[in-house]
Amino acid sequence: MSLPRTLARFSAAAKPNTASMKTRLINTTPAYPGHIPLNSFENAFLAVGSAVMSLLDPYRADLIAALGETTAGPALPRLRDIMLASPEGRQILKDRPRINTQTVDMNALAQLPEGTWGRTYKTWLERTGVTPDSREPVHYVDDPELAYVMQRYRECHDFYHSICNFSVNVESELAIKYFEFANLGLPLAAISAIGGPLRLNAKKRSILFSEYVPWALKYGSTSQCLITVYWEKRWEQNVDDLRTELGIRDSPARWSRKSSATVEPSAEPTST
Amino acid sequence: MSLSASVHLRRCFARNKTFVRCINSSSSDTHRKTTSFGFQTVPEDAKESMVKSVFDSVASKYDLMNDAMSMGVHRLWKDQFVGDLKPGRRGPMRCIDVAGGTGDIALRILDFAREKYADRETSVEVVDINDQMLKEGFRRFKQTMYHNTPQISFHEANAQSLPAEQFPDNSYDLYTIAFGIRNVTSIPAVLEEAYRVLKPGATFACLEFSRVDNPLLGTLYDQYSFHIIPLLGTILTGDRASYQYLVESIRKFPSQPDFARMIRDAGFVTGKDIDGGAWTNLWGGVACVHTGVKV
Repeated sequence: MSLPRTLARFSAAAKPNTASMKTRLINTTPAYPGHIPLNSFENAFLAVGSAVMSLLDPYRADLIAALGETTAGPALPRLRDIMLASPEGRQILKDRPRINTQTVDMNALAQLPEGTWGRTYKTWLERTGVTPDSREPVHYVDDPELAYVMQRYRECHDFYHSICNFSVNVESELAIKYFEFANLGLPLAAISAIGGPLRLNAKKRSILFSEYVPWALKYGSTSQCLITVYWEKRWEQNVDDLRTELGIRDSPARWSRKSSATVEPSAEPTST
Repeated sequence: MSLSASVHLRRCFARNKTFVRCINSSSSDTHRKTTSFGFQTVPEDAKESMVKSVFDSVASKYDLMNDAMSMGVHRLWKDQFVGDLKPGRRGPMRCIDVAGGTGDIALRILDFAREKYADRETSVEVVDINDQMLKEGFRRFKQTMYHNTPQISFHEANAQSLPAEQFPDNSYDLYTIAFGIRNVTSIPAVLEEAYRVLKPGATFACLEFSRVDNPLLGTLYDQYSFHIIPLLGTILTGDRASYQYLVESIRKFPSQPDFARMIRDAGFVTGKDIDGGAWTNLWGGVACVHTGVKV
């Protein structure tokens, strides 16, 4: 808060018997559970602090989340408008579905036929050992609807991995970040895409920049905006049809032999 | 009113399951005695476990956070606190350092007595309610020459009711409590226990955050406390709620004259109610040293 405004608050408070003694210059009532309102200085401070700290300690997922929320800026309203322009996106905004093990029946997904999107996602979860329950809730976005858009993005991140058939090692995460930046335009994706490769060795960096990044930028920008996809309603859809519909093809992803070993040969996703 | 307080607390501490269990068990009994937990009002019996949860989670990075929050100044305050007390000046002392988990004050007392008065008989018993903080202190003392000597010992106990067998009446020459008394549920209880265990003629000394009177400094301090410190907590330790509690508990602590009066009510004799008498302001009141003598 600037000094003149603060002094104005003090002088207002010094007047006796005025209702203005109880007014505040910024609204700090939470707009939704978990909301932490920040003024612009705090926002900048948290953005810089979380950027530095997450570079030093990449396991701080809560700080990467905070970085995304504090730097989202105009990207979130733009995504919300894209969702409003598509019928599927409008349905998502109306229903506000969440993705975690309570809302998604994992057993049912495992029993779907091979080649369906639901089965592909479940197989991907098993191969990577990821759980959809570990997503940090949104804290620093002020508008509840935009907060939902951010939450939806965070929870759909695994779907993007799975539909593009990427693993969760560092170069795959960065490939997905490049894809997301081309597809959704979030500043966090760009920040991670720039800062992330600093931690890679030369061999992995060369794979990233020679194979993954060109693919990600090309298909990220030409495919449908993935935030509008109502993934939970498409579990039974054939995954190759889904990929064609979205415009995603020829994934260059490499999976290590270790993660492929747990899956039967017939279920190996083939890149079309 | 306590029901809405419990809902608000559940939101603030949703990630910490201990808090949620704690709040769910408190009924909306408006006749139950309440106390402050930062800016929230909570049932008295809940405060102790809530403070415990705060310190369990901050223990391992307590010193890092202290350095970040005060920009290293807390070291100067603690140096001045111990320097003004001059432990060991009149011979070896038996000291008790309460809420002193990580051992900052204990180490300074022992170093001061050794360096200034060549005193290796002064002993400090560090008492803390939180075992994680005591473990940190024990671990830090292993890096000093006092480890495994009778000069230092660590005890888990509640400052409001020190067990009489372990801490008999009239047995200590110096009682110190630094940045701990604002976390207790009942300050008078702690002061009475301090009076009980001190010998006649002994000193009670308390270092604590206090009120800043200067409006310019106060404004800067408030801005820093409420805007920067919770964010530092988020960035450095991922725990905003604990640091929000810490800055709020500072604001709820009694003012310098009020606290001096509470010290006198417990039976101590203090100086006059001015800066330099019953208390000494450090950095304009950001921190403050209160002293009293048992007669």
